[in-house]
Amino acid sequence: MKNNTENPQNKVPLLKILLVFLKIGTFTIGGGYVMLPIIKRELVECNHWLEKEDFYNTMALIQGLPGPVALNCALLVAKRVRGVSGGIMAAIGIITPSILIIVAIAAYLFPLVKEHYFLQAAFYGIRPAVTALVAAAAFNLGKDIIRTKFTFIILAILLIAGLWLTIHPIILIVASGLTGWVYYQLMGGKK
Amino acid sequence: MEVLLQLYWVFLKIGLFSFGGGYTMLPLIEAEIIRRGWLTTSEFVDIIAVAEMTPGTISVNSATFIGYNIGGIPGSLVATLGVITPSLILILFGSIILLRLKENPHGDSLLKGFRPAFIALVVIAAFFIGKDSLVDVPSALIFGALFILCFQQKISPFHIIAAGAVLGLILYPFH
Repeated sequence: MKNNTENPQNKVPLLKILLVFLKIGTFTIGGGYVMLPIIKRELVECNHWLEKEDFYNTMALIQGLPGPVALNCALLVAKRVRGVSGGIMAAIGIITPSILIIVAIAAYLFPLVKEHYFLQAAFYGIRPAVTALVAAAAFNLGKDIIRTKFTFIILAILLIAGLWLTIHPIILIVASGLTGWVYYQLMGGKK
Repeated sequence: MEVLLQLYWVFLKIGLFSFGGGYTMLPLIEAEIIRRGWLTTSEFVDIIAVAEMTPGTISVNSATFIGYNIGGIPGSLVATLGVITPSLILILFGSIILLRLKENPHGDSLLKGFRPAFIALVVIAAFFIGKDSLVDVPSALIFGALFILCFQQKISPFHIIAAGAVLGLILYPFH
């Protein structure tokens, strides 16, 4: 193990950062939450660019950040390792495989679906499968977040507004945030 | 050119307002892309499936895919750039502000206030995807069976979609 705790900023080459994140971007299937432990393994255990503590402290910032979870994680930790240019390398590394693979699929594979009989049948089954995934995600999220009467009431109002009145999701997000802000400030004031 | 600018702007909004994982962005895509007539709901659901089964994050994958469908390779690049722009700016140049926001009681209340909206967005996504995908008895059966399977640990989204494909081949041989 190299001793790089003294001044890691100068020691990690940018190209190495790019390569590590290219690898992560190419071989991780299943979205952001699958990527986080792999990013940790690569940075903390394989390359010793960060201490475990450092990784978790950096990760604590991720909650509440908008945007793709894996990209945010990559940006945060790479910035910690090698500043802004490290972050940019990580971003390029993590999205390049996505772009290449998806463009290839969209250009060559996907047009076949509409013509090919069996592929069509498969996609008739894939659509309810995606619905099941999203519905299950809603359940799991709800279990974690809906713990109080207040959050339950807000959720009910948001669902009526979104499903029935088809209010734009950005309005729902902003309204929910502002309501929470007022409510938690009032609650905090009572203590 | 105008389409590319629109694409960038739309995905910038999607990147800025999608919190906590790929599914919260689905209603945003519905409101911004499908309501514009750029894509049908079934095409969109197929794209989510591909995005889940290929490497990379779901939001970047679907941005690239939708961008390609609307504006070819320039479209895919512009849409991807749009969805990552907020992250790049916030993290690379604004992480001190973020830290302050989290430590500030007002910022913390605001962040907590967003949470019910995340669930609402995912429920809304389930409804609008379901309305288009659950169209007959076989599709409802596939949904029911796989929904229960989703709560099984060790089963990844990849497996669920693969199972859906197999069930589709079995149940829709003469569609």
